[in-house]
Amino acid sequence: MKISIERGTLLKAVGQAQSVVERRNTIPILANVLIEADGDTVSFRATDLDIEVVDKAPAQVDRAGATTVNAVTLNEIVRKLPDGALVQLTDDGASGRLTIEAGRSNFSLATLPKEDFPVMASSEYHSNFSADAPVLRRLFDKSKFAISTEETRYYLNGVYMHVAEADGGKVLRCVATDGHRLARIDADLPAGAEDMPGVIVPRKTVGELRKLLDDDEASIAVSVSETKVRFATPAITLTSKVIDGTFPDYSRVIPVGNTRKLEVDAGEFAQAVDRVATVSSERSRAVKLQLDEDRLVLSVNAPDSGAAEEELAVAYGDDKLEIGFNAKYLLEIASQVDRENAVFLFNSAGDPTLMREGNDQSAVYVVMPMRV
Amino acid sequence: MPALCRTCLATFDAPLKRCPACRSPRIVSHPELFSLSIAHMDCDAFYASVEKRDNPALRDKPVIIGGGRRGVVSTACYIARIKGVRSAMPMFKALELCPEAEVLRGRMDVYAEVSKQVRQLMDELTPAIEPLSLDEAFLDLTGTERLHGAPPAVMLARLTKRMQDEIGITGSIGLSHNKFLAKVASDLDKPHGFSVIGQAETMDFLADKPVRLIWGIGPAFQESLDKAGIRSFADLRRWTREALGQRFGQSGERLYHLARGEDYRRVQRNTPVKSISNETTFHEDTASTDILDGHIWRLSEKVADRAKAKGIAGRVVTLKLKKHTHKILTRQSQLTDPTQIADRIYRTARDLFDLAGAQGPFRLLGIGLSHLEPADGADRSADLLDPQAQQRADAERATDAIRARFGRDAIVKGRALQ
Repeated sequence: MKISIERGTLLKAVGQAQSVVERRNTIPILANVLIEADGDTVSFRATDLDIEVVDKAPAQVDRAGATTVNAVTLNEIVRKLPDGALVQLTDDGASGRLTIEAGRSNFSLATLPKEDFPVMASSEYHSNFSADAPVLRRLFDKSKFAISTEETRYYLNGVYMHVAEADGGKVLRCVATDGHRLARIDADLPAGAEDMPGVIVPRKTVGELRKLLDDDEASIAVSVSETKVRFATPAITLTSKVIDGTFPDYSRVIPVGNTRKLEVDAGEFAQAVDRVATVSSERSRAVKLQLDEDRLVLSVNAPDSGAAEEELAVAYGDDKLEIGFNAKYLLEIASQVDRENAVFLFNSAGDPTLMREGNDQSAVYVVMPMRV
Repeated sequence: MPALCRTCLATFDAPLKRCPACRSPRIVSHPELFSLSIAHMDCDAFYASVEKRDNPALRDKPVIIGGGRRGVVSTACYIARIKGVRSAMPMFKALELCPEAEVLRGRMDVYAEVSKQVRQLMDELTPAIEPLSLDEAFLDLTGTERLHGAPPAVMLARLTKRMQDEIGITGSIGLSHNKFLAKVASDLDKPHGFSVIGQAETMDFLADKPVRLIWGIGPAFQESLDKAGIRSFADLRRWTREALGQRFGQSGERLYHLARGEDYRRVQRNTPVKSISNETTFHEDTASTDILDGHIWRLSEKVADRAKAKGIAGRVVTLKLKKHTHKILTRQSQLTDPTQIADRIYRTARDLFDLAGAQGPFRLLGIGLSHLEPADGADRSADLLDPQAQQRADAERATDAIRARFGRDAIVKGRALQ
């Protein structure tokens, strides 16, 4: 194999691939990236056996071929090369070394045979559709904060992507929850997604997927089967196993009868929560909300370190209410609101609270109160 | 040479064989006796001594504290030790060596109470106390001589005398110029001993001693030292600092200093607790999920009790299983928020057990709670997906209140009876 490629192009392709590689690996080949050169493209493939990324880039291929080298080392080398450099990758197939040349720099990396590299088995996808990058970005960005890290609740360690029935018909829906908060985000159902099976997309995949979604103009080809999900742009293909488990019936935990309505500027609210929470050093800080006619008092009382209180002008017309929340959870859901006011719907101090943006039903958040 | 009578605490100049004041032969003398101030106090056969104190009929019998035929010896009294019984030895082996031994189950609550009394006596000596377990502690008496009107050695001799007179147990003292040597010293003259390792003799004293004296060297490290040809401290001293660093990594630096009797660690009061765990070795290996479930519950409850007593909660639950082949399996799960509720620990551990899918039989099961923090923020948030969790937690708090008033067995879960 012998190829020449521009440093910036190479860095982007290798960078995307190497981020999938697990830093602590017991199987040496999994630390490597598979480089395949053919025609006028070179592809970089990396996997952790659950996720596989293939990144294609244009290159001048003088001699077709394939080999594998340590992904992190290759990425580090390319990153440190000067901007605009032309990089030459050469593997003679016999020496067990890949040579990297750029200007006066010369590197030689140990390779492992390409035959040893595990390529993810291809599978039949039930459902294929395409979605615009901004649509997927919204679905996953607004839900991922609620993904659980509890290993024993492995079926919550991802975002549940499925087709659901909403008021205006069927929607493409993403849900994530850790038992303390829940996010439910809807988008128009893309053509071809109608009979998509519901899948739990693992947290790591959600993180990797995010890198495909930066370009507003991009259209993402999505393929879904019972066991796998694939997201592809012309350059990058991300294939991932989905979590083998049943996502709980979330619909019954989303309150429908909450009537006490609070409307508040989300930015002001978040800043106030952040300020009063400062006095407590605990990781799970509780913030108390006291609601009265058009008035909200936020307070934190940490016996060992101090107390804080702040008052906000809000729209609230119901009975007085005192309710406590984990400050971090409040901040996280408040930061999802970017266009209109945050609308909170309460029931009692012990019941789940609902939050949405203005009157928008396509993004709904639920948060569990805390005893204060 | 300065000398001290451990019976009447008189100080005088050696070389006398007996105390000039009370004629006691229990004398300790050393050139640096009154200038050293770092000590290690180790109770002698602590659990067994407490049992003998409380039941004089056991006084002249070999006594072993430990769990059943399947368990291990946790403490053997000195009579049993003459027969070769050692702590951590499997019980069946101990009983082969000493069939007439009186085997007792151990009463941890009593030992904890006695330990507290010893701690109170130590508190009068210095605030710098670092307990290592119920029955041993480091004490730093540097700078206390003016306060007490007596050098550290006298105060330490008085401590063991008071332990014997007021509590009824004996302990051994090691006095030196750092923690490592103090711990080594307390072991030299057990039981009821008082040993001193001075600055001047440190190098000579260590030279031909085996390196396993170093606290924390287990069989695996021992093996890698053996491979490097290091047996004694003298062997260790032949290595340069760099060579030790290269060969043993971070431990190399420590070995280099310890080889020369140097240990710069301070006596630290209250090293924060990093984890709480309880484990049990079964009477018989078992693969029965029902029986194991009962153990998971009882151990979860013990761990929760200890967390509640300390006012702390943890974010990580660990399950440990030892197979009949002695292979150890551990699994852990991080929780979204910290807990000290037995029900939550139990459910997490049970899920870990089910997910591990391990095939029995097992001989040991353990439950641990770590990533600890103050319990103020713990268990105050309900679970959307498990609406009953809050009620179970409330029931558990009610149970705790009942037990506090009417005793531990006043109320138990059916699960605990398995």
